[in-house]
Amino acid sequence: MSIAPAPRSFRSDAAADTAAERSEDYLWTLNFGPQHPATHTTLRLVLKLDGERVVDAMPEMGYLHSGFEKLGEHLTFNQYVTVTDRMNYISPMANNVAWHHAVEKLLGIELTPRCRSIRTIIAELARISDHLLSNGAVGLDTGAFTFFLYAFYQREVIYDIFETLCGARFTNSWTRVGGVSQDFTPLVIEKIRTFVKTFPKTLEDMERLLTRNRIFVDRTKGVGVLSKEQAINSGASGPVARASGVTRDLRKDEPYLAYEDFDFQICCASAGDCYARYLVRMAEMRESLKIVAQALENIPAGPVNVGIDQRTALPTKQQVYSTIEGTISHFELSMSNRGFEVPSGESYGATEAPNGELGFYLVGDGGESAYRARCRPPSVLHFALFPQLIRGHTLSDVVAVLGSLNIIAAELDR
Amino acid sequence: MALNMPGRQTMPGKIELPENVVVSRLDELANWCRKNSLWPMPFATACCGIELMATGASKHDLARFGAEVFRFSPRQCDLMIVAGRVVMKMLPVLQRIWQQMHEPKWCISMGACASTGGVFDTYAVVQGIDRFIPVDMYVPGCPPRPEQLIQAIIDLQDKIQREGTITGREFDTSQRQLRKRALVEADQLLTLDAARNPVAQRELSAAAHRT
Amino acid sequence: MPYEPPAVDDVLAAVTARFGPLESAVFRGQTSVVVPAAQSFEVLEHLKEQGFDLLVDVTCVDYLEYRGAKQRYGLVYLLASTTTNQRLTIRVFVDDPVSADEKWPTVRSVEPLWRAADWLEREVWDLFGIQFAGHPDLRRLVMPEEFTAHPLRKDYPLQGRGERHNFPVITRDHS
Repeated sequence: MSIAPAPRSFRSDAAADTAAERSEDYLWTLNFGPQHPATHTTLRLVLKLDGERVVDAMPEMGYLHSGFEKLGEHLTFNQYVTVTDRMNYISPMANNVAWHHAVEKLLGIELTPRCRSIRTIIAELARISDHLLSNGAVGLDTGAFTFFLYAFYQREVIYDIFETLCGARFTNSWTRVGGVSQDFTPLVIEKIRTFVKTFPKTLEDMERLLTRNRIFVDRTKGVGVLSKEQAINSGASGPVARASGVTRDLRKDEPYLAYEDFDFQICCASAGDCYARYLVRMAEMRESLKIVAQALENIPAGPVNVGIDQRTALPTKQQVYSTIEGTISHFELSMSNRGFEVPSGESYGATEAPNGELGFYLVGDGGESAYRARCRPPSVLHFALFPQLIRGHTLSDVVAVLGSLNIIAAELDR
Repeated sequence: MALNMPGRQTMPGKIELPENVVVSRLDELANWCRKNSLWPMPFATACCGIELMATGASKHDLARFGAEVFRFSPRQCDLMIVAGRVVMKMLPVLQRIWQQMHEPKWCISMGACASTGGVFDTYAVVQGIDRFIPVDMYVPGCPPRPEQLIQAIIDLQDKIQREGTITGREFDTSQRQLRKRALVEADQLLTLDAARNPVAQRELSAAAHRT
Repeated sequence: MPYEPPAVDDVLAAVTARFGPLESAVFRGQTSVVVPAAQSFEVLEHLKEQGFDLLVDVTCVDYLEYRGAKQRYGLVYLLASTTTNQRLTIRVFVDDPVSADEKWPTVRSVEPLWRAADWLEREVWDLFGIQFAGHPDLRRLVMPEEFTAHPLRKDYPLQGRGERHNFPVITRDHS
């Protein structure tokens, strides 16, 4: 097989099309990626340049397509969670939560209040760690390395919390059908509490470093403007859509887990440029921290997994060794085809992942694995936006726009 | 490094060296230089790339081991770290970048996916990059912790120091085969030369002690 | 309490008033409507005018091994409204063409309605081999251009047909 096919045709708006036809000779083509430091992940752009100005861009993906959806048809609902870890690998916990949210919707399982609450906390921590990295990367690409180091240090703190919780830094595979693999221990709560106390100071430092930094503002303001109509029409979601004034956040619009119980705000901006996306992410971290702080002090008592009589989640060791129901339940769940019942039906369960609406369209056929596990990745729709965002800007703006869209190749290609 | 240290007792009949002169083999000097100035080329595709970033970032700080100069141009690098799964569409790119790197060059396959395909036994994923390009060091883990990657780099430095040559003979596959065969036949060599060779004697006695 | 999505009865009534009775079902609070392939574009256009301004996803399911399935491919259009938060699933079922001159099952593209459909439909073409008539740039999205199969079809094995081993090997001697 050859390296990569040359672009056959540039698809563009009518106006750009005629302009390109008129002046094909002095435009030149630049290949950007798939292995390039500023793409951060494996994606490829073929840029058509007029001097330094980008006339058109043709994004290409698939350099990390690993057949996740095919794999989802062969792994059971609990096994597949390991694969979702590797999907959006900068916030794996959010993917775990999204996957099992969709599975529980298909199976019709109602979670216990404690489980809902602690999953919310973890999902919000994952959002913070995602935004830290994506904003850190924007900073890094526009020349602010210190900012990136600040962000990465806080990510290490969150990694540490996750490691205390379930033993893995990231790629946690923490959720299970009807529950989670490990409940919060006092140590975890203590660490999160410390994080909630110390993080605002770092966040302030970070804002002081970058938010009013002349170089950064000049490089991001007015770059890659996405209008509200375009955002809706192109299916943008998450911070990208909210920075363009779309007030859609599934945490408020379709409350899942325990989000109804907490007081927080949706962060929106109207400018729709890279700077607005940066600001929205910064503001969302504060809101997430608010949710974590509220939830942490009000974790309901009681079991974390759905009861043993319903035979969904594995019973605790104590139950297995001391009660007959626990033993039977454990045995049946460990055997294939003896656990929870999967209906023959199709459902779509979506969560507000850090990057946007992350949903899974699941088809059950009564078997222990999904008949079809479609993942609705926000990154694909955001990456498709790229040509319209970059047209007319300079080559150095490419990295700023790419960074602010926060495209993760593993989620993009699956 | 086997340097002739100054201040050592001079043997009779040898030329006495001044204190500021160090004698070594050229190979070892070259290895010493090479191993302490590894310039990694991060071929980061997936999750392992994040741990690669973490290795270079604040907490773990790869700079302490002389391998922090991440360069994204293959022409400037001599260590390729393949972090993450490599799929069908990406493999030709990987091979091209590997061929663009200058000799001497080494390759670390970081993580289960790069080494074996990992959990992704699917139609699109290459089941281990060592099927298609040479690999010097494998790091297990999914993803490996930064400490593991640092250990792999230290091990690679040891390897470079141990078997590197200034002319790159260690990369010659036929030579390598010969050396492997020699390792297999080491027992016989050991017994033959044991009387004369103090190292062999030591090893033999240690082996006898173990059994 | 689990979240109950807003009802879509009025939208359904408007659709049936215009296009005749359509088969619909509710599962886990989500309404899905089956639309004939010939009418899919018109129905979706109508729904867009009715306020479903967000195309969440376009995907496909291969019902080759599904119990009780009548047609092989079921396209899924997930629609949502950013103002009322209603959600609606549109199903379009197609089959492999019987005539020899047509090679792929074909559905009309909704790319003129939503830009979002551009890449989503390319992905469906790539992984399932369903053509979208009227799509401006229907190329493979994730697989290499030389790839011939459509891997998410159920008759394609998980481990592939050996394509992943089909590369030149570079040894130390070559480089």
